[in-house]
Amino acid sequence: MAEYERVEHDVLVIGAGGAGLRAAIAAAAGGARVGLVCKSLLGKAHTVMAEGGVAAAMGHVDDRDNWRVHFADTMRGGQYLNNWRMAQLHAQEAPDRVRELEAWGAVFDRTTDGRILQRNFGGHRYPRLAHVGDRTGLEMIRTLQDHAIHLGIDVHMEVTVVQLLKDRDRVAGAMAYDRERGRFKLFSCGAVVLATGGIGRAFDITSNSWEYTGDGHSLAYDAGAELVDMEFVQFHPTGMVWPPSVKGILVTEGVRGEGGVLRNKDGKRFMFDDIPDNYKGQTADNEEEGWRYTQGDKSARRPPELLTRDHVARCIQREVREGRGSPHGGVYLDIAWIKERLPKGAEHIRKKLPSMYHQFKQLANIDITAVPMEVGPTTHYIMGGIRVDGDTQMSNVPGLFAAGECAAGLHGANRLGGNSLSDLLVFGKRAGEHAVAFAKSQAAARLAPVDADASVAAALEPFERGGSPEAPYAIQHELQGLMQKLVGIVREEGEMRQALSGVAKLRERAMHVGVHGNREYNPGWHTALDLHHLMTVSEAITLAALERKESRGGHFRDDYPDKDPAYARFNIVLRKGLDGAMELERRTIPPMPDDLKAIIEEQKS
Amino acid sequence: MTAHTFKVWRGERGTGAFQDYSTDITEGMVVLDAMHQIQAENANDLAIRWNCKAGKCGSCSAEVNGHPKLMCMTRMDELPAHEPVTVEPMRAFPHVRDLVTDVSWNYEQKKRIKKFKPRAPDAPDGTWRMMQADVDRVQEFRKCIECFLCQDVCHVLRDHHKHDEFVGPRHLVYTAALEMHPLDIEDRLGDLKDEHAIGYCNITKCCTTVCPEHIAITDNAIIPLKERVVDSFYDPVVKLVRLLRAKRT
Ligand SMILES: Cc1cc2nc3c(=O)[nH]c(=O)nc-3n(C[C@H](O)[C@H](O)[C@H](O)COP(=O)(O)OP(=O)(O)OC[C@H]3O[C@@H](n4cnc5c(N)ncnc54)[C@H](O)[C@@H]3O)c2cc1C
Ligand code: SF4
Ligand code: SF4
Ligand code: FES
Repeated sequence: MAEYERVEHDVLVIGAGGAGLRAAIAAAAGGARVGLVCKSLLGKAHTVMAEGGVAAAMGHVDDRDNWRVHFADTMRGGQYLNNWRMAQLHAQEAPDRVRELEAWGAVFDRTTDGRILQRNFGGHRYPRLAHVGDRTGLEMIRTLQDHAIHLGIDVHMEVTVVQLLKDRDRVAGAMAYDRERGRFKLFSCGAVVLATGGIGRAFDITSNSWEYTGDGHSLAYDAGAELVDMEFVQFHPTGMVWPPSVKGILVTEGVRGEGGVLRNKDGKRFMFDDIPDNYKGQTADNEEEGWRYTQGDKSARRPPELLTRDHVARCIQREVREGRGSPHGGVYLDIAWIKERLPKGAEHIRKKLPSMYHQFKQLANIDITAVPMEVGPTTHYIMGGIRVDGDTQMSNVPGLFAAGECAAGLHGANRLGGNSLSDLLVFGKRAGEHAVAFAKSQAAARLAPVDADASVAAALEPFERGGSPEAPYAIQHELQGLMQKLVGIVREEGEMRQALSGVAKLRERAMHVGVHGNREYNPGWHTALDLHHLMTVSEAITLAALERKESRGGHFRDDYPDKDPAYARFNIVLRKGLDGAMELERRTIPPMPDDLKAIIEEQKS
Repeated sequence: MTAHTFKVWRGERGTGAFQDYSTDITEGMVVLDAMHQIQAENANDLAIRWNCKAGKCGSCSAEVNGHPKLMCMTRMDELPAHEPVTVEPMRAFPHVRDLVTDVSWNYEQKKRIKKFKPRAPDAPDGTWRMMQADVDRVQEFRKCIECFLCQDVCHVLRDHHKHDEFVGPRHLVYTAALEMHPLDIEDRLGDLKDEHAIGYCNITKCCTTVCPEHIAITDNAIIPLKERVVDSFYDPVVKLVRLLRAKRT
């Protein structure tokens, strides 16, 4: 018999970013005994890194804004593959969720009449992002954290879940280990909410932290849940490329919003060369007009640097591939040039982009008020994830709920900036509430001891193998390189087939990984356990991307560069087959109700 | 590329010693990169805490050449080139393993501080009005990334081990953010004086010096709080001064 500590809760929330915290708060408010588990310390989840803001149609800056416009913007951004019910609920409920944060102590930047200030962002028709300078995520996570700690929630910090456990067909528990001691904990509960975030660490160049190994995606998949839209990964166009140690760290879209321009090594603003037809009407065709737009001239059209993230990322990639890149394999992002236009340009830059100024100064020794930055695309966000019901956030497995980046549906083929933070709040709350309702309707969970024992034994296998030639870090690196090269921004049949067989080989090798040392705070061991999750999400992304023979949103295929209307009718769903192999299905998108269709039509003009 | 020597603290729960590692340093590397490289090359089980690698999460706190720092924001080329770099865990908290300490005490302290309590909403729709000028000060405090470097350096905790009485500079900043929040109507001054022992702080300003978010911890948070405490509990000297002042005007 394996050794583990037993812990019991009504609702177990896995993940303490914005989505997990909001779910835990809702579950506690519903009268449940709540457990909240996270891999890091409380308050350090990915949400803390978000910069730009949280989208909510409050209409404080432009009173033409309302939920209908936000809904239509989200659907257009997602190229209509979104779960329309989620897009509707999200647009309707985000304003209340943001105001609620204020009632819990958040201090957003203010309008001149003392309300929450909102800013412009790509794809949002009106200024919509509530923000705090360029540290909105910190404000959000701290507000939720400080509110949650007074609600009697049991927080299990630095505890990693390795497997979900079932009572017949419903999820009713989880096995986890604590980082500090390496001891196991068996959680039993009435319902589980997964809020584990994304998968960025499956790629070499990413803005994501070590935590983003797709755990939730993979835990749910192994428990029988369906994944959807996995081909849609968002590559943010501007990450740092030099020095090597900071490669991938995000350079906010705000730089371009403030007038920053992209140039190749010949000094050319290449974004003017390739403006998609459907955006020609709303994009500036000369530098002067673009500049006026960034300075708030409402009659001017936006500069091509502010086209959608996927398009800008591909243009940068093309410049680099065709030999017009910067010395370190990126392009130039120049904000310093605005000094020609603004008398106190340098000061202005430091004031508007404090953390970017600081980040480049400290990490790259570059003064962005004087010289251009070097930037290139970086893996940023996954639109795909666990398929959930739009209202309840429950997956196809009873008792298993998901919210935030690990869930899918809201964003379709492409996410608009700012729509993630609001996603966490709206659907975190819903998941928490419905998890309580579900938990209350169930008898006490009965978990089979053999399952628990097997779970512990599997987690300890790397120690059993001891020192082996297969080191966990090496395999992780190889996988990241492979996914970056073969399933990155520009995809193609042959390369993706190669990736599939590559992943299969690495999975095989991962089964032989051995680790040294003891169980206490042993990162080699943790990396070994993450490999399984990384393999699962890599395979899922590749399979779905092979199946979608068109280009849409975050998914671009060199061999099928155009959008194909036939592919607008379904989502790609993946699940674990009875034989253990990954199964794929084209799932028809249910028809949109007439009232929502009418909104889309009315907002087209 | 040059090889550099690091003396890294290895060990568990108080026992341990510096161990030498050599690793290659390339342009732009920060101390955290060097630790990761050592972890990947020579010490797979080296315990480090980190997340964002961009100075935003406050996880990677350690003492580099004896100074409390975020490892991810400390560039190798800021450090003396020809001397070994020492890297050790924060010393004001119980040691766990290698560079990791048990910072859970901080989370307990925060729970002891009365939570935010807003006044009744200003508008019928349940919202409030606050001017930017009125929130600037609170926003400075809310930049805190909870790295606990200020706690690490404060002599009341580090040398005098008053963990049972004194909440430390981080939590004085937190209290200040609540007390100076325009909407808050809770009273925390009694707790500050008795339960949280603000009186232990003798304004050495060491905390301010190490704060990676450049929060003016002492000048903007602690001193104004001390003044409020004194005012509210009728310190006889202050009372006298105020009386005299009042007479003069
Ligand atoms: C640099 C950057 C800037 C961004 N800026 C914006 C922005 O301005 N606006 C916006 O809307 N979005 C932004 N995003 C995206 C947004 O921040 C994320 O999508 C969002 O924060 C994800 O929140 P979450 O609650 O789903 O997950 P996270 O906040 O990542 O939390 C995941 C949690 O799950 C835990 N976890 C994971 N696996 C396990 C496991 N196996 N066991 C136990 N716990 C586990 C982790 O420890 C963590 O607590 C940005 C992202 C980045 C990287
Ligand atoms: S100023 Fe006060 S709180 Fe800060 S280090 Fe000195 S004694 Fe500690
Ligand atoms: S006040 Fe500064 S030093 Fe102290 S925990 Fe916060 S950020 Fe760190
Ligand atoms: S890793 Fe986040 S502050 Fe250093």
